[in-house]
Amino acid sequence: MIKLIEFVGKVSQFGFRVIFDLFHPPFEAGQIGRQLAEVGAKSLPLVLASGFALGTVMTFHTRSTMVMFGAGAMIPTVQAIAFFIEIGPLVAALLLAGRVGSGIGAVLANMRATEQIDGIESLSIDSFKFLVVPRVVACVLALPLLTLFMDFSGLLGGFLSEYAASRISFHLYIVRAFAEVAWSNFIPPTLKTAVFGFIIGTVSSFFGFTTNKGAQGVGEAATNSVVVSSLLIILADVVLIKCIFFVFPENAL
Amino acid sequence: MNAETKAAVVFDRVSKSFGPKQVLREVSFEVPAGQALCILGRSGTGKSVTLKLLISLLKPDHGNIWVDQQEVTRMKEAELSKVRRKMGFLFQDAALFDSLTLYENLALPLQRLTEKTQEEIDSIVDRVLGQVGLGNDKRKMPSELSGGMRKRAGLARALVLEPKILLADEPSSGLDRITAAEIDELLIQQKTEHKTTVIVVTHDVHGARRVGDRFAVFDKGDLVAHGTAAEVEQSENETARKLISEN
Repeated sequence: MIKLIEFVGKVSQFGFRVIFDLFHPPFEAGQIGRQLAEVGAKSLPLVLASGFALGTVMTFHTRSTMVMFGAGAMIPTVQAIAFFIEIGPLVAALLLAGRVGSGIGAVLANMRATEQIDGIESLSIDSFKFLVVPRVVACVLALPLLTLFMDFSGLLGGFLSEYAASRISFHLYIVRAFAEVAWSNFIPPTLKTAVFGFIIGTVSSFFGFTTNKGAQGVGEAATNSVVVSSLLIILADVVLIKCIFFVFPENAL
Repeated sequence: MNAETKAAVVFDRVSKSFGPKQVLREVSFEVPAGQALCILGRSGTGKSVTLKLLISLLKPDHGNIWVDQQEVTRMKEAELSKVRRKMGFLFQDAALFDSLTLYENLALPLQRLTEKTQEEIDSIVDRVLGQVGLGNDKRKMPSELSGGMRKRAGLARALVLEPKILLADEPSSGLDRITAAEIDELLIQQKTEHKTTVIVVTHDVHGARRVGDRFAVFDKGDLVAHGTAAEVEQSENETARKLISEN
């Protein structure tokens, strides 16, 4: 228990340092751009493929039940709301935790093991600012955008699945999909992924940056980054949903 | 020993432990500016730790360290950064940034720490890479370089800011004798032509005798001998006499 509290304290301190350093020069625009390409652009194919497959499968599963209750016309609406509110943000975050979190943990741990971080410090460059802050910022910026791609690829998958079954037109599918979607169903859940991005970037960087176990530490950092990030994302989701319900009570109905 | 001496580096009763293991015990020595000190000793006797203490990658438990007349042990990060700019560090495995090309590895400190234009940076990088014989390899990634090339690239990065003090951690380890001699030659050139203070940790006594003006021998965390080669050869400590012996 004491170790858990100690860990929470250290990660929190690490996260606060990221926020503090983010607003103090020098600003690492070049590094942030590099990391955005790594975190965002390189994760896009995975997110698009996963969203498309999930959208297709979800329609397969819900269709028979919806049709049985005479609610076949509601399939696009259910699909859209499910993706915008929960599936898109959560699955995109978990995918990013797996792909990027493990990468950040392993890369930083390897840099620690091979003295590259010491090398940066020896050149009078703040290694935390140079390596950690850009990675966290990239995760925070990239995840909401990736969530949008996940949402819309999910809808596309759902449409193709529904089209195969009922020959519904694309126009009608979109009209029905967005008929019940309010901005409050869309904006807050998408923006909450910025918090998930912060968790992924901070936790993964923490494990990679603070290890001192050589090659063994690289594997441990990668594994711990994924496991702890994923767990914290799910826990944070519960809290953030409650916050969204508090600010937008109509969403809770 | 005090900061009044015209020494580039002063260690004053420095101790360092990692957990229960004491790595350095009340170590004191100084290195006059423009000279080369070679640190010898068996593995695990605190030689590399001494270099990391010098550049403040580690902090001592006790004692004081002066670098270029400035006491660094209690310095804040911003002040420390200025002192570090006077030093170059060649790491044992070169510690090149593996996501950057050789050119980018050398250009990074120039872009970050100086006001130089891109043309000036290009010119400096080309000159320093030429000095270490890697003029045609600047577009290569560190993973494409051999062990000897990596060492020379690490040395080039350490030299790119024209440091007053050059620290080298086992510059010849893992290299054949010819490549090791080339690295030694570059260190000697740096000392004689640029008046750089050089501190080298090494197991290679032949190379050490070529490069070093003075020698420090560590054994089990203690500095057991310190002085010129002749003085260390006359030391009462048997380990020191064995380590400095070329036979």
